[in-house]
Amino acid sequence: MNINVKFQKDGEVVHGYIDGEIDTYTAPILREELDALEIEKDLLVQLDLSKVSYLDSTGLGIFVAFYKKVVKENAHFKLVGLTARLVRLFEITGLSELMDIETNTKVEYNNESI
Amino acid sequence: MKAFDYIEIRVPAKPQYVSVIRLTISGLALRVGFTYDEIEDLKIATGEAVTNVVHHAYHDTEEGEVVIGCALFDNKIEIMVADYGNSFNFEEVKSKIGPYNENEKISMLREGGLGLYLMEALMDEVKVNNEGGVTVFMTKYVAREQVEDYDERIVT
Repeated sequence: MNINVKFQKDGEVVHGYIDGEIDTYTAPILREELDALEIEKDLLVQLDLSKVSYLDSTGLGIFVAFYKKVVKENAHFKLVGLTARLVRLFEITGLSELMDIETNTKVEYNNESI
Repeated sequence: MKAFDYIEIRVPAKPQYVSVIRLTISGLALRVGFTYDEIEDLKIATGEAVTNVVHHAYHDTEEGEVVIGCALFDNKIEIMVADYGNSFNFEEVKSKIGPYNENEKISMLREGGLGLYLMEALMDEVKVNNEGGVTVFMTKYVAREQVEDYDERIVT
């Protein structure tokens, strides 16, 4: 089990692509990658979670911490490509009310079985 | 004859084994006849309970074990996660867990963050016992239609 994190900067937008399972074992890798990211004012950090096949409270905690960091720097944060499973977790925990979350119906079907 | 099959898994309380437990739970839940969504719920809830134990083990100097007991019934699965290394008597531990204690819940939330919230949301019943190591005991029921489809559902 592994996790891959890639960033691509495109003007005022940083696209982050997370691929793999986010749990207590892989969390330190994700946390480190997100911490290393330089956040400038007005930047939009958009994390693509369409390839995230597993997420638990450890991962949610990391996104909460990162969200706080981005907001503190007066930048913007958005999660995209969430499967129905992931959306459910953000809804149960109330995080969907706080964060900007975009689902991706096309990906939903492909990722459902993982 | 017992009304259920009992399976016990013991692993070192280390982060790299949490995903192994999730895979095992996934396989057992498929045997009972849960749907994919229900299996995902079970994986997360069990993962949360095991992760709690792993985190506790990290604070201690000595290396611990996590014990996961699963009772497979026709229409439900009962999962127990304990943070002590000794094998336990499933029925005995089950009988010791009383009604939900509101105070225990709050202290758990402070430590484990969203973990217990998720367990409660994804399982039908969750009980926590703090005597002699933390034990989480949780149950999930199969929806009625799935029980009737039981034979057809096993395609391994």
